[in-house]
Amino acid sequence: MTKMKALVCRECAKEYPTKAIHVCEMCFGPLEVKYNYEEIKKAISRKKIQEGPHSMWRYIDLLPVEGTNFVGPHAGLTPLVRAKNLGAYLGLDELYIKNDTVNHPTLSFKDRVVAVALTRARELGFETVACASTGNLANSVSAHAAAANLHCYVFIPGDLEAAKVLGNLIYKPHVVEVEGNYDDVNRLCSEIAGEHGWGFVNINIRPYYAEGSKTLAYETVEQLGWKTPDQVVIPMASGSLLTKIWKGLHEMKYVGLIDEVHTKLNGAQAEGCSPISTAFKAGRDFFKPVKPKTIAKSLAIGNPADGYYALKATAESKGAMEMVTDEEVVDGIKLLAQTEGIFAETAGGVTIGVLKKLVKQGVIKKNEVTVAYITGNGLKTQEAVIDAVGRPTRIQPSLVAFEKTFKLGKNGGGDA
Amino acid sequence: MSHLRFHVRFPEDKVKEPIIYQIGREYNIVTNVRRADVRETTGWVDVELSGEIAEIERALDGLRKKGCVVDPIELNVVE
Ligand SMILES: Cc1ncc(COP(=O)(O)O)c(C=O)c1O
Ligand SMILES: [Zn+2]
Repeated sequence: MTKMKALVCRECAKEYPTKAIHVCEMCFGPLEVKYNYEEIKKAISRKKIQEGPHSMWRYIDLLPVEGTNFVGPHAGLTPLVRAKNLGAYLGLDELYIKNDTVNHPTLSFKDRVVAVALTRARELGFETVACASTGNLANSVSAHAAAANLHCYVFIPGDLEAAKVLGNLIYKPHVVEVEGNYDDVNRLCSEIAGEHGWGFVNINIRPYYAEGSKTLAYETVEQLGWKTPDQVVIPMASGSLLTKIWKGLHEMKYVGLIDEVHTKLNGAQAEGCSPISTAFKAGRDFFKPVKPKTIAKSLAIGNPADGYYALKATAESKGAMEMVTDEEVVDGIKLLAQTEGIFAETAGGVTIGVLKKLVKQGVIKKNEVTVAYITGNGLKTQEAVIDAVGRPTRIQPSLVAFEKTFKLGKNGGGDA
Repeated sequence: MSHLRFHVRFPEDKVKEPIIYQIGREYNIVTNVRRADVRETTGWVDVELSGEIAEIERALDGLRKKGCVVDPIELNVVE
């Protein structure tokens, strides 16, 4: 059996072979992978999944690769944390954190999409892979390409922070710093993808790449004991992650792993770059592109490729969207760290900030099973919180000084 | 001869002007619109421009001068 049926245009439904193409020749709409769900249904079962590898590849029957020669064999299957402290703080009975801050190997959910993209790119015969990125995506492509012995080009804007650049250089891809602003880099990369026969993970490999995000839905359902959550909160940049979680939930139903999907999707953005949330709140089915200005740089996509589809999926699910200020992003990062011991990057701060807002608004209710997707690690965006975490308490090297400072023991007057 | 695909957004006050027709006349390129959404205060087209690459770039500048915003067909790819 071939589980992949075709690539299909999301706009006009024209079908194409499962090659490295991403735009419909007819209408220029984006392509996505279409599967033989009837065939997959015969092959897949809860038992088979549970006996599969301890990674997202246990869902291989629903992923767009042909063989098992995986790039990124350890990606996914991250913890679903029952967040009792944060739940109690927010007033939620059953809150979970899907913790992709510990994804392998580069500590963000991008390891899922890149593992699928590079596995497929290699199957399609590519020896050189590439991406355009300001952060997490580039780190993940660089690391996976190194491990898979693929040639790698990473394109970045000229004004990136040193730490982000280093996170690529260490793996020794060709890091190409393009002079000019975001739009210049963007245009150049689209042109290079058109001209050179490379596997550009988020351009000509995008139909496969994006499917990797579905595993966040599959894992959540399995980890909840094969139940779908009532509410999920998802950070949005291009909007792809949100649309693919929606697709993943429905696929589980198509192939008989679950009976129904009643989950409400909630999209989260930062105020300084919220084209999708703004459109949703205004009741529009289209968004207006913006120039991003927020500390949540991993979500700073002003003209999001999947924005339209994210609006549609969220409306279908009867969900909501919200946005938070940069201050609320920092508060969200701190709140998650201090209640659950999880240090998230700014995207996680956006998710927690929006979760808090939606609970307050009564959109997410006390008794609803809620999952917040925390998609990247705080060690990567330390500059966002450096001024908000205080300083160590400084003391002289004496027991007396210590006990006095902390009001402990004989000299402090507190509990001995 | 090159064929490049773009997503072109019109400024609010020019949604009703025949901008694509105009650049097809002003520059030595062929325009081929594949998809469009034009409403009261917003409008975009997905269009292929065919011609010499330098002439296409001049046409893109022409579109920008008319207040249009031109993106690649994939929109933002720097993630
Ligand atoms: C940490 C993190 N979370 C979430 C996202 C959002 O992903 P998407 O572009 O699929 O909406 C990104 C994208 O770059 C990211 O880096
Ligand atoms: Zn089409």
